[in-house]
Amino acid sequence: MNSSVIIFPGSNCDRDMDVALKKFGFKNEMVWHDDEQLPKSDLIVLPGGFSYGDYLRCGSIAGKSKIIKSVVDFAAKGGLVLGICNGFQILTETGLLPGVLQQNKNIEFICKNVFVKVNNKNNKYFNSIDKDVLELHIAHNEGNYFCTNDELKMLEDNNLIAVSYCNEKGEVNEKSNPNGALQNIAGIFNKEKNILGMMPHPERMIDKYLSGEDGSIFFKNLLNNLK
Amino acid sequence: MKIKVIVTLKNGVLDPQGKAIQQTLNGMGFSSVNEVRQGKFFEVDVNEKDEAKAKIKVEDMCKKLLANLVIENFEIL
Repeated sequence: MNSSVIIFPGSNCDRDMDVALKKFGFKNEMVWHDDEQLPKSDLIVLPGGFSYGDYLRCGSIAGKSKIIKSVVDFAAKGGLVLGICNGFQILTETGLLPGVLQQNKNIEFICKNVFVKVNNKNNKYFNSIDKDVLELHIAHNEGNYFCTNDELKMLEDNNLIAVSYCNEKGEVNEKSNPNGALQNIAGIFNKEKNILGMMPHPERMIDKYLSGEDGSIFFKNLLNNLK
Repeated sequence: MKIKVIVTLKNGVLDPQGKAIQQTLNGMGFSSVNEVRQGKFFEVDVNEKDEAKAKIKVEDMCKKLLANLVIENFEIL
């Protein structure tokens, strides 16, 4: 399976993502934001980081990059697009996903492990995954998901809230909400569920000695679903 | 021609920075401050002599980049 990771000026999780994808068997290529064409890919990843220094709004400048046009076309044809952290912010800024990631409610940069509940397995990302709760890492200042009431209703009615912040037992409550996100939203799909944006970093959880392996579970499962 | 734009958060949208500023002002003794909302100010120099035309261009820029209409309003001054 072929994957591509887009690098923007200020991306800083691009190499981690490259390592993770290759570890689980993807043939990955790095793509510069100023390129116009994507290599042949089964999966496009917009990595975490601080593209363009988070100027104007997180992800807003990267959302206007040359390569984004190809990403939008790729997604429109059903191609899988995964945005992690700043990648999620870029997806909302381009309009590929609804809503916006605002500054964390407590005005703190949050860097810690969290648990997220997988709400919908009827998609390429989570189909057959054998866990309902994943322990992943978050590191962000703007992860406070917000959208209009209509958009929230659309997300709920179509079961598009991919992952929600929860506790170890999988209980979604206010206490397990790290950043004030609406309905504990940690990640969402588009209607066709080929685009997934989420704040947590699976690529940081791929080593059983350093971090735990819930990220490994995510990537292995994703690869299997694409075969 | 320079066109000035103010971008503000819509009513009801959480503004943690504004809240922190308000609390700091209260702490400094400005006890009459009820609320602070923080926004952004832009000065866009457009290569255009006609003010109306320049403003139309800037409005398009606001909709496409300068403001995120999910959470923000813009006002061209």
